[in-house]
Amino acid sequence: MNLLGKQQIWKDYQKEIADDKYFYARSCIRQTFFPGSEWAYLDILRNKLQKEVVDDPRHTTCTGIGYHSDVVPIETIMTVVARHFALMTEAGYENMTPSCITSFGIYTEILDTWEHYPEIEEKIRDFLWQATKREFKKPKNLAHTSDIIYKFRQNIADLAVYSLKDVHSGRPLRGVDHIGCHYAKMFPSKGIGGAEFPAVLSGLIEAWGGEPVDYPERRHCCGFGFRNYLVMANRGFSVANSKKKFESMQAYAPDFILTNCPGCGMFLDKWQYTISEMEGITYGPDGYGIPVLTYEELTALLLGYDPWEIGLQMHQVAVEPLLDKMGIRYDPDAKYRNIRGESLGEPACPTYLKVK
Amino acid sequence: MTTLWGYSISETRSIDYDKNDKTFALYLAEKVPSSKLCIGCGSCTATCTAGNLTEFNIRKLQMLVKRGENQEALNNLSKCMLCGKCLLVCPRGVDTRKMILTLIQYLRK
Repeated sequence: MNLLGKQQIWKDYQKEIADDKYFYARSCIRQTFFPGSEWAYLDILRNKLQKEVVDDPRHTTCTGIGYHSDVVPIETIMTVVARHFALMTEAGYENMTPSCITSFGIYTEILDTWEHYPEIEEKIRDFLWQATKREFKKPKNLAHTSDIIYKFRQNIADLAVYSLKDVHSGRPLRGVDHIGCHYAKMFPSKGIGGAEFPAVLSGLIEAWGGEPVDYPERRHCCGFGFRNYLVMANRGFSVANSKKKFESMQAYAPDFILTNCPGCGMFLDKWQYTISEMEGITYGPDGYGIPVLTYEELTALLLGYDPWEIGLQMHQVAVEPLLDKMGIRYDPDAKYRNIRGESLGEPACPTYLKVK
Repeated sequence: MTTLWGYSISETRSIDYDKNDKTFALYLAEKVPSSKLCIGCGSCTATCTAGNLTEFNIRKLQMLVKRGENQEALNNLSKCMLCGKCLLVCPRGVDTRKMILTLIQYLRK
């Protein structure tokens, strides 16, 4: 295959991403478990990339977790999403950018359903009018927030203070990219690289000087699966999926894991603690875990944000080994202190997983 | 531990060829070379007397041995009644009866 052919094929795996004027849709999980991520994303877009982003406080959950757990009916979730579109329309925006992969999948699924069944869209418009007296226009462009970062990856590389290189040896840092299932596995044409060659995160790692790790279970699910986790009896199956991935990636000695789905980030981080407590196994060197970062956190680190300002102390697996490799300066004593210097309290030290 | 957490980590059902023990399969291939001719058609299983009465499945058995999934194969060996009907129907001429006897012999060693 010649280069022209490859470029031609790759063109089919691209998606259109708006340049500016984004309506931001927050994620339930991300703002709960990684509270600095969304703040960092908004700050980077507004103050580093000079983009216009609306973060409407009236925006609610998309109810995706309830929908995938069979407790929220499809008409309900469609009406909730229609309200989100109404808020976007009222603000005068046309580009919807959800922070959550579940929401991104939900928006994509609903827009696709409405395209094929216009009568359902009409019914939902009627439901929304009855409930809220609101009307909406469908977004012209729908992109996940990691798509936005991917679009501006070179601009970010130009502004970056640090890179994904080990400052001691100069070697590129090895990053595992873990893309949420609902990003492109359901609607391949809606993701960069489709379901077969998703490049949204590996593209970031490469652009910022790192080396993406290709390992056997690279495209395996993290195991969240909604009911797999929510029902305690199924939780052993959920953790087994993450364990399978950790065992597969461990042989390649990754320096970090990068996620774009809030659920994946949470589970790949917290399950490392669970597995260590249940079976005494840790996956990083010397009893440490493999640090897990959201793409917003990694972007913020490269741009010189303080690790504790973007909430990295909320992670179960210690990120300090990665910060040391990247040469990022941080104050260890400030880890569990707020901006006024007051103590936030410290978590108890795990039995096996080293966190200090 | 399960009581503390309310669940335990499910065992993986994936087959790891790098870790599985192949000595059983190699012994069988050496002693019964015709076992390598099997195409997995399942005629042996369809005609099996024991298979009509139990969950014994000779096609599955030889597949388990070749994959190195020895424990499950061992659990089923004793169900064979050695009638030899499988041998008569095999389109590839695999000496299935000898295969079973060889595996049992290996176990007794």
